[in-house]
Amino acid sequence: MRNIKRKRKIYLDYAATTPVDPRVWRAMFPYFSEKFGNSMSLHGFGQEAKIALEKSREEVADLISAKPNEIIFTSSATESNNLVLKGVAYANQKRGNHFVISKIEHSCIMESAKWLEKQGFKVTKLNVDKYGLVNPKNVRKAIKKNTILVSVIHASNEIGTIQPIREIGKICREKGVYFHTDATQSFGKIPLDVKKMNIDLLSASSHKIYGPKGIACLYIREGTKIEPLLHGGGQEMGFRSSTVNVSGIVGFAKACQIAKKEMKKESRCLTWLRNKLVKGVLKEIPGSHLNGHPEKRLPNNANFWFEFVEGESMVIQLDLLGIATSTGSACSSAKLEPSHVLLAIGLRHEQAHGSLRLSLGRWTTEAEINYLLKVLPGVINNLRNIAGHI
Amino acid sequence: MTLKPYYSKEVIKRFTHPKNFGQINDADGIGKVGNPRCGDVMKLYIKVDDKERIKDIKFHTLGCAAAIAASDIACDLVKGKTLKEALKIDYKKIIKELGDLPAIKIHCSVLAREGLKTAIKNYYEKRKKKK
Repeated sequence: MRNIKRKRKIYLDYAATTPVDPRVWRAMFPYFSEKFGNSMSLHGFGQEAKIALEKSREEVADLISAKPNEIIFTSSATESNNLVLKGVAYANQKRGNHFVISKIEHSCIMESAKWLEKQGFKVTKLNVDKYGLVNPKNVRKAIKKNTILVSVIHASNEIGTIQPIREIGKICREKGVYFHTDATQSFGKIPLDVKKMNIDLLSASSHKIYGPKGIACLYIREGTKIEPLLHGGGQEMGFRSSTVNVSGIVGFAKACQIAKKEMKKESRCLTWLRNKLVKGVLKEIPGSHLNGHPEKRLPNNANFWFEFVEGESMVIQLDLLGIATSTGSACSSAKLEPSHVLLAIGLRHEQAHGSLRLSLGRWTTEAEINYLLKVLPGVINNLRNIAGHI
Repeated sequence: MTLKPYYSKEVIKRFTHPKNFGQINDADGIGKVGNPRCGDVMKLYIKVDDKERIKDIKFHTLGCAAAIAASDIACDLVKGKTLKEALKIDYKKIIKELGDLPAIKIHCSVLAREGLKTAIKNYYEKRKKKK
């Protein structure tokens, strides 16, 4: 099907990844062949790289009101999240062995928690309500004497629901437990302040905000005890040994700078487009339902489930019409199991199988949303005809 | 290693333009297989003549592109065949005719074959009752 010539190409899968903003790659360009130095070298090439690295660190820190020395760069949000769970587990064994996470975390948190359980650590998974919200009261109840970390995703990568992390952070601070949030989807899209939100650890990624792939960061509040996963030359203040990916970091920092400048306007515009999309779908398509919270959600996320339609078949039909969408998390498309997030919000298996995620971004236009609204009812109608009244 | 698209051209053709979907109101046999929990449900309707030949066959499928394509091709493969011949068609034949399926979609071809078997079984049961 990828060979078929498309009349148009509409990308509505910005939650999976984003194209690199031309301003970002222009900023990165000199750091490949011209300013290629190793930031650990003492000579001019190295120092040039070192300066770019530290300037970038300031830029990234600034977006979440952190200090530059509280930001370390990693290769992906998955790495940051692995580092948090495993690093906190091994650095704080004397304090306890219990973790609290939500049932709607990204698979990298889920799988890291599962691995820790195999090593003898204990994990409590918090329920969410039908909108995907964690109740802060449940966080308080779940924290025990031996709890060392609470980790709750800031905004869901699938259904877009934004958690009350400020309240959750406050509870954790009171109880003296570390609080981590996976902000991969929210970072750069909605305001984040690690001080005001009582966050000890925060993961974020570059490729979700129009930066390059292969670069991400972890905010580690001063004084937080965490063991590194990668041992070696002691880069990134000893938290992550590896030759530093300077070009990637420069790109990530540029993406943060743009996000900071344009966030307000962009989120207002995306919210308007997204609302138009949601309203249109619910009105035009019988048997359609919105997943996630109607208001407390990312400006660019829409997620639906449709009665009597299977998700993948919608994605393929839309792809043939030139529209890129997703059934949920792109990471889960290799599995046949429905999304754990949709099951956690109370959808039955057959409902979860009929889900479709549409995520908007910097270059989404009203004409594109109109085109989607024009073709989606037909796609669903066609598939329902093939399904009969099973 | 050659890189293939996720779905073959044949799967996409069958998925976007299935020829055999629909219902046979006075079907001689119906086979419903799959489970909405798993995401795929298939219903096959067969019309059988005096010589135990499949005169007509139609399907309804709620499922992925592979499940729809497998249902459609299974119908073509058995149309005009005797019930005995139809039962000989295995899932590998369906995959071959589809020009291959991704590994995690093999079960869709198995489901189409099960649907066929169930519809034929249902035909024999109905006939027994009539006698």
